[in-house]
Order: sequence, then structure tokens, then C-alpha cells
Amino acid sequence: MFNKLLIANRGEIACRVIKTAKRMGIPTVAVYSDADAQALHVKMADEAVHIGPPPASESYIVIDKIMKAIRDTGADAVHPGYGFLSENKAFAEALEAEGVAFVGPPASAIESMGDKITSKKIAAEAGVSTVPGHMGLIEDAAEAIRISGEIGYPVMLKASAGGGGKGMRIAWSEDEVAEGFQASKNEAASSFGDDRMFIEKFVTQPRHIEIQVLADKHGNAIYLGERECSIQRRNQKVVEEAPSPFLDEATRKAMGEQAVSLAKAVGYTSAGTVEFIVDGERNFYFLEMNTRLQVEHPVTELITGVDLVEQMIRVAAGEKLPMAQEDVTLTGWAIESRLYAEDPYRNFLPSIGRLTRYRPPVEVAAGPMLTNGKWLEEGPEGDTAVRNDTGVFEGGEISMYYDPMIAKLCTWGPDRDAAVEAMRVALDGFEVEGIGHNLPFLSAVMDHPKFASGDMTTAFIAEEYPDGFEGVTLPDDALERVAAAAAAMHRVAEIRRTRVSGRMDNHERRVGSDWVVSAQGQRFDVQIKADHDGSTVTIGDRTLRVASDWTPGDQLARVSVDGVPLVMKVGKIPAGFRLRTRGADLKVTVRTPRQAELAEKMPEKQPPDTSKLLLCPMPGLIVKVNVEVGDEVQEGQALCTVEAMKMENILRAEKKGVVSKINAGAGDSLAVDDVIMEFE
Amino acid sequence: MKDIVEQLEERRARARLGGGENRIEAQHAKGKLTARERIELLLDEDSFEEFDMFVAHRATEFGMQANRPPGDGVVTGWGTVNGRQVYVFSQDFTVLGGSVSETHGQKICKIMDMAMQNGAPVVGINDSGGARIQEGVDSLAAYGEVFQRNIEASGVVPQISMIMGPCAGGAVYSPAMTDFIFMVKDSSYMFVTGPDVVKTVTNEVVTAEELGGATTHTKKSSVADGAFENDVEALSEVRRLIDFLPLSNREKPPVRPFFDSPDRIEESLDTLIPANPNQPYDMKELITKIADEGDFYEIQAAFAGNIITGFIRLEGQTVGVVANQPMVLAGVLDIDSSRKAARFVRFCDCFEIPILSLVDVPGFLPGTAQEYNGVIKHGAKLLFAYGEATVPKVTVITRKAYGGAYDVMASKHLKSDVNYAWPTAEIAVMGAKGAVEIIHRKDLGDPEKIAAHTREYEDRFANPFVAAERGFIDEVIQPHSTRRRVCRAFAALRRKVQQRPWKKHDNIPL
Repeated sequence: MFNKLLIANRGEIACRVIKTAKRMGIPTVAVYSDADAQALHVKMADEAVHIGPPPASESYIVIDKIMKAIRDTGADAVHPGYGFLSENKAFAEALEAEGVAFVGPPASAIESMGDKITSKKIAAEAGVSTVPGHMGLIEDAAEAIRISGEIGYPVMLKASAGGGGKGMRIAWSEDEVAEGFQASKNEAASSFGDDRMFIEKFVTQPRHIEIQVLADKHGNAIYLGERECSIQRRNQKVVEEAPSPFLDEATRKAMGEQAVSLAKAVGYTSAGTVEFIVDGERNFYFLEMNTRLQVEHPVTELITGVDLVEQMIRVAAGEKLPMAQEDVTLTGWAIESRLYAEDPYRNFLPSIGRLTRYRPPVEVAAGPMLTNGKWLEEGPEGDTAVRNDTGVFEGGEISMYYDPMIAKLCTWGPDRDAAVEAMRVALDGFEVEGIGHNLPFLSAVMDHPKFASGDMTTAFIAEEYPDGFEGVTLPDDALERVAAAAAAMHRVAEIRRTRVSGRMDNHERRVGSDWVVSAQGQRFDVQIKADHDGSTVTIGDRTLRVASDWTPGDQLARVSVDGVPLVMKVGKIPAGFRLRTRGADLKVTVRTPRQAELAEKMPEKQPPDTSKLLLCPMPGLIVKVNVEVGDEVQEGQALCTVEAMKMENILRAEKKGVVSKINAGAGDSLAVDDVIMEFE
Repeated sequence: MKDIVEQLEERRARARLGGGENRIEAQHAKGKLTARERIELLLDEDSFEEFDMFVAHRATEFGMQANRPPGDGVVTGWGTVNGRQVYVFSQDFTVLGGSVSETHGQKICKIMDMAMQNGAPVVGINDSGGARIQEGVDSLAAYGEVFQRNIEASGVVPQISMIMGPCAGGAVYSPAMTDFIFMVKDSSYMFVTGPDVVKTVTNEVVTAEELGGATTHTKKSSVADGAFENDVEALSEVRRLIDFLPLSNREKPPVRPFFDSPDRIEESLDTLIPANPNQPYDMKELITKIADEGDFYEIQAAFAGNIITGFIRLEGQTVGVVANQPMVLAGVLDIDSSRKAARFVRFCDCFEIPILSLVDVPGFLPGTAQEYNGVIKHGAKLLFAYGEATVPKVTVITRKAYGGAYDVMASKHLKSDVNYAWPTAEIAVMGAKGAVEIIHRKDLGDPEKIAAHTREYEDRFANPFVAAERGFIDEVIQPHSTRRRVCRAFAALRRKVQQRPWKKHDNIPL
């Protein structure tokens, strides 16, 4: 086994690899840029080497710097994680030249799978199903019809130089090919000045399903089932699961065996992933092979009990795989939710800053993870598992330099429903403050009926959230539980207030039992009777039993309402709480009936419409204004730069628009919420 | 007998109706509650004891004898807020526009006298058209009597003014002398002279809202200490403030049960100070992480953001916080922030509220605007306030404590009791760059030498240990244990007694 393992990566994956290395007794070396001096992976590793300035192009992906760190520390093996140098052939070769083990596949496999066309060719030769198509150029409509017939309908007519949907057409019949071919050709000619066309099978109801393979240096290769990764936003995976709710045993076996034969064909060793696109009839077609550990590998680990990082290290050290294909069993169901530092209410714009609060849910061992005794050396065991792979910590800084993914929250359950339910509860109990994040969106996905039924395609997010994410409206029964909990919590807080010192003896305030709760525009007239174990809350003709150990000031409330668990993030607002649960962000007021009656007399004030304004987010000095009145700006385009405390902050357009007025210029000093510019 | 009892109920009902259904409706239409509804929301349910319900004016001029509504435009009495006694007056705009007459003033004076004698705060709810012109000088006399009581009560019982409608002319000077003024957005205004007079005299065209609305007074003039969305929110938040305040200067600040361990460790504070000394951070994070349950009641949040003032609890007991805010103007001291903090410190000292100071101050703001407007005397107010305060004082220096501003911010030299510093503290006459440019002026042309001198200065002075060597810092503490250390420091000061030399009163540089 190796004497010292260097992890040429950062963030959660570096931490993930270090965990396994530690368990195996292998000393670890972290590398870090200036921006990561305080990072978690640096703290976890036995040694850490500084490798340069924050941009990855000047640190994490500079081969010479990593090689120097290897020499300086005497590491004899390198795990590349994912991204950065993980699929860099030159890096694998450089390691080989110095006799340092690369915890990954041979350079030749990286190379042959790195090129889309070559990999497709090799795959086809290895008997892997590829998307039928005609790569050659097509002269006229007649030829197009002939080829389409061979491929089978529907087909996609594609301009060779195409992009952005231009010169692309889906055809379901000969007539449509005849008609569409010329139209696409003309479009391509006028748009790109290049009218070359080709034809490919059009995959309907596409799902992204991938096979995990594992191969050693002794000719053994196995597959560890599949992962479904159809929940994507602009090709960025958001939620993954294993197994896929769509595959049957026969398809799984066929896909697995093809993936293994591809691995063997390229002399693959280590862990790798073969990605397929699967249509509504369970026809599957090869997309590409990722010659590294995937981000979403934990879901496979959770249902197989195999620590993939451990196996990668053992394979790199020349060990044989400890199991054969028939030893691989898939037990239960695992879900992964990727926590991104992206604001879902602002069109998922990356959000940076200090994590003023970061409290992931408690990790719980269960299922194959528990039987294998991995992951959690200590800690609770349960019927469902919670695992959180993370690279950040409370008080840490999310910088602009790297991937915005800050954690991967995984749950495991004996079946899919149990895993999803465990995920709902875990997401509700995940506290993140200081930055924008997608927790509410992840909760919304978990509660989406299409996701719950397992009936989704890669278009799920685009189709279900066409206008972006605007938060969640709780269904009536859930809202009622929240109202009952809020009333019980408010009562506890009010009783505490009456216990302040300096009271008039015998004339203390008595906290009543009748309350009016307002949430999500609904009014609940509530009556509370408290006893030693909780409260009985009556709303109209219904009675709910509320129990909780919540005390005032707790930022997380774990409540049971009629036995249904309710986990909420709690903030204080006048006369009530801000409660966040299941993706909903609620302002809940709790008042006495008289207070409520008077509150109803208060005028409703419309918040000023700021959607067409660029407001100064902090007090600062305008350094530069990048646009002029009349300019059309695109989402994400830089509008101006504000310097605050010697830090330059670039303000970007949140959406497309036309600048109608500019109120500030370079050199102006602005306060928070001053209007910098206006849009039409 | 039965008739008489019924008669009383009738009279009460009439008095409670104030200016009648129509005027009540008009009041509601403006988004405002009536005087009695406001009292209901301010006080605990059914705790209001009313006085002088049947007081009526005695004016006879201009036909006033024909219009003598019971109560005379103000509702007065006492009640409890979470079981603690509070006196209250609430002007009734539905009755003669809430105008102040001789008898209206007498009602207010009566409860203020009781409050001082019995040791309970006064909450004044202002909603008045001004002086009752028909009464002439009697009305002015009434104001004067109230003013005098505001002055006498100052420092004896907390006085809170709520502006929930018009408050104009001489009337503004009663709230002006109370401890806190809160306004309601869009439905209250305060000014000495209204828009009409302003236009006649100065030709300025300005709306009442622009001249004296909640935004003006919380952001620009600093006359008001806070503003709320509506009457209901304002009254519930003032209840929350009262929970923090002692009833009088004869009592200790209140203590209430708390659910937060004084030993709570906050690891994240170890990374609060950024690596780059010029990068700001949010001091409010430190305040809420020190406070019991993260509960912070901020005073003057919208004004002079470079200093933060407000109340927290430690082990259930009220503590006043004064903290430099690096997010705004690098936390510099200037005229506005000095005035804001000085008044807050003096309030705390009046009422035995211990003071926690969190220091990250690069110095005083330079410039003609500051000097011409008297930063010398305004800065001295904060210095004076800290130096004369005899309440328990605990100070934590997180980063910069430069120059005279170091002395001002509750330094050991101003008889602060316990002064802690984080290891990131830099206690020095000034920052390294400025100091080196003065000490090594001859080397200014040589960047290498200057860099070396800067490093040397930083190594020697940019730390808390020079001050700690001299005992100006009692202990250098770990940021993560700040809550525990500060709680224990205040615990050790609970029986503090500090004598001051006898004097009639001091002469703070006003």
C-alpha cells in the first residue's frame, strides 16, 4: 500500500478522499491556493502544500506545481478527484514518468475516451449501443429520406455548423424529412454560411442514466449498477439517485455488460462511468465515458456498500478487486441532492460570501453503509441513512473562484419513498445562512409529483420551472400543521416573556389559549391546551397534537404534529416567526383575537417595485459604469463596479433588459439601496 | 342605586367613544388606530387602569363651553407590559384633534408625577394637531408643564415617545426630551414648522413626509430611534423594548429566563476577521453570536451605520452594546456616530444597564466637513459619556484600535472594568503605513526600505500584546470563547460600586 497520498483537488471531494485514506491508514497531503488557506480539506489532511494564487489556472491545474508538491512531500500516489487534472492525460503521464501512482485509469484510456468521436467509435466496436446516425454529409432530400429510414423515426436533422437550435429539426416521417431537410439546409446556409447537414436518431423522453464500472489491473471488471441523473439544470446535475426508477433488470444487465466490455476494450482500470441516454422505450445509447470518480458516486456506495475511493486506491496499488460481478448486490435506494451556492430566486445566480451559519443534518448510518461499517465510525444508526459530503464549514468563505457546489446531501432508505422522505426531512434540517443557496429548490423537487412518481426526463426542470423558481406554496394540510406548530411555539415564547423580573406581584400577565395564526394569506383560529407532553391545538373542528422540544431562540424547530414530523428553520419577526420548510418561506404571525382584529385594520403596503432597478447592494464608491442609456443588456452582463472597503464588486444584470436611466457615475459615493440605474 | 350604576356605565361608554363613530372611522381610514386601541395593544390584556376619564376643559372662549367632551382628547392611566408596570398617555385625534389644552396637559402631568413617584416608565403616544388655539396661553402653559416633567423624569424613569400621527410645533419638544422616539412609516410626522410656513419663509417646497416623516427622522436628522410599518407592529415592538428596560433608576435591569448556555462556543468567530486588514466584515454577526438567543434590539439602525447601538441579553440580563461597524465607512468615528453612541451610553448609565463595547475603529474621520461642524466637541461627547459611566463596562477589541479613537472606545483609561482583545487586535497610534511614513520620512523614496520598516512596525505594534504587557488589555481571548468570557466578566461585575466626586452635575460638551 502507498506511504502517502496527495489529493490534487479541493472542496468536498478532497475531504471525501481524505476520509477514506485516513480509514485505510494512509497519510494524506492537501494542496491549496491562497483562497483555500483556511479550507476544510487543508485542516483534514496530515500535510498541506500551498500551490499559488486563487484562480485554478494558476494553482490547481498547473501540473508543475502539483508535481513539486509531490516531490516536496514525498507522496507516492495522487488522487485527482473530479474536474481539475482528473482527466488530463499529460498529468497522468507526468506522474508515470516520476514513478508516482495515479489513482485513476491509464493515460491511454483517458486519451481514447476523451475524444467524443473516437470514444463513440471504440464503443461501437466494443458492441456498445450508440445513437444511430449518419456522420457523413448528406447531399439531398432523397438521400436524407433513405438514411432516415435506416435509422428509424423520429430523426434529428442537424446542421454541421449548427448551434442554438438553428438548422435543427425533428422529423417524424418521410414527408417531414423531405420538407425539413431543405429548410434546415437554407437556415444553416444563411445563419452559418455552411449548409452541410447530417442526421441522427432523435431520442424521445430522454433520461440520463449512467453505469458505474470498476476494473483492476488483473483484467477484472465489474459494474455496480446505475445512477439516474435526469434532474439537471442546463446540463448541471442537481439530483441523482440509484438505482434508476425506470430500468428493469434486463436493461440494467445489458447496460452494465456493455459498459464493462467498453472498459475492457480500452484497458480501463480504476473507477469509471459510462453515460447513456435512455428513451421512453428503454432503448439506451452511449453518450460518453468519464474516466474518473463522478460527483454523484455516493449514491452507488450507499446501495452497494462499496467504498469506491478505497477500491480506486487498492486498484492503483495493484490489488485485485475483492468481489466478482455476482457479489454485487443493490440494496435499497439512495438519493443525492447537490447543495449549490446559487440563489434560486435570482435565476440561480452564484452567490458568494461568508457562511455565517452552516449546520448540516446529523449523519445517520443505515443500509449497506452500516453493514460495511464505513463512513461513520461513530454516530447514530437508523432505518434510513443521511450522509453529507462537504468541503465547507460555518465561518468559512465561499469564494468566486471555484465550483459553487458546497455539499452533497445523500439519503438512503429501504425503498425509494423512504429515501425521498428522508431527504425531505434532511433538507428541512439543513441550516445555511450568509449566502444564497438552492435548498428551497431541492425541497420543491422532492415534493414534486413527477419526481415522486419517478417519471422524469432530462427536461424536468426546464418544463416544470419554465419561468424559474418562485418558491413553494404549501398545501393546506401542511400549512395547517405549520400553523398549529407556530401557535404552540408562540405561546411558549410569550409565557417566557411573562417570567421577566420586576413584575407586579399578583397582577401578572396571563397568556391566553385563543390565538389567530396568519400564514400564506390564510387565517387560522386556534385554541391551545398545553399539558406536560405538548399541546392540543384545535383549529375549527379539527384537533392536532403538537409536541416539540423547541425553546425560544432555537433556529431549528423539530415538531411532531399528529405524529407527522415537521422540521422548520425559525427566525423572529414582529408578532411571529419566519418559518422555512419544504421549500416554502413563510411569514407567520400569531396574535390574540383582539390583536388580529386590529391588525386587519392596518393598510396593506405594496413593497416598491424594484424589479426594474439596479440598487446599490452596499455602501460604496462607483468605480465604473459599463453601460449606457439605451443599451440592451443580457442576463449576467456586468453593469457597473462598486468599490466597498477596497473590494471591487461587479454588479450584473439579473435578467435581460434595456437601460433607461443611469443615476450614478464613476466617483459617486452611494448608500445601500440607492438606485444606480433603471431599466425599461 | 341601580340607576346611578347604570348612569356610570353610560358615561363611561360615552367617554370611550371619544370623538364618535364617524371620527373613529376616519382615523381607521388613515390606517391609524384610536387612542384606546393603541393602549390595548401596548398593554397586557385587561390591565389598563384609566384615570381622568371624565376630565373636561374649562375654556369658555370661542364657544368652547358648548363642546366639552369627556377625557379632553387624551387617555391616561397605567397598566402592565408582561406584568411590569408602565404609565401611558395616548392622545385621541378623534377628540378636538387631540389638541393640547390646560386640562389635557394636566392629565399627562398627573401620570408623569405618578410614574416618577412609583418608579415606572412612561410611554407617550402622540397624535395631536397641536396647541388648542382657543385656550391661548393656557395651552402653552400646559406644554411647558409637560416639558418640565420630561426634564425631571429624565434619568428617573425611562420615557418612550411614539409618534403615531402629527406632532408639530412646540409639541415636538416633549418627545425630543424623552429617551426614545419611535415613528410609524407613512402616518406620522414631526417638525417645528410645517411645509406651509417653510414655503412662506424660505420658498422651499416640501411635503410633510419629506420634511418630517419617519424616513427623514430615522435616516437624516436622527431625531427618531426607529420606525415601524404600522401601529400594530410599532406597539408590539415597543413592548419588546420595554422587556429590556428597568422600570426606574431605583431598580436593576430586568432578568428573564433564557435558553442559551453562557458557555456556548462559536467556532465560526475564529474566522470572522478577514485575512486582508482592509476588508470589512459584519460586526452584527459578532453581536448576535454573543447575545442570548441571537436577540438584538437595535436603536437608530438607519442612522450613522458606522456605529451600532442596541440591547442584548447575557444570561437573561439586559446589556447595552456599542460596536464599530467595519461595513460602513470602515467603522470610523465621526460626528454622527459619536453623538449617536454618546446618547446611548448615557441612557445605559442612567438606568444601570451594563455596557459592552466591541471595537474595530481606524480613527476619526478626517476632513473639513467634520472639523467645520465640530467633530472635536462631538467626538468629546462619546469620550465624556464613556468616562463618566459607572455601570459595568466590558470591552472587546476585535481588530483596529487606533489613535485617539482607541482611548474613546471604552478603553481601560476611561475606567472600563474588563478589557479583552482578540489575537487579531492591533492597538496602536495608527496603522503601519501611516506610522512608517512619519517615523521614516527620510526613506520615503525607497520602497524596499519602507516595506521593511512597515513589516518591522507591524511585528512590533500590530498586535494586542504591547497593550497587554502594560495591562491596558486584561486578557487576550480566543474569538470562539467571546460569549463565555463576556458573560463571566459581567457576572463578576454584578455588585460593582463606583463612586464619583460630588458635583451638582457635570458639564458634558453639548
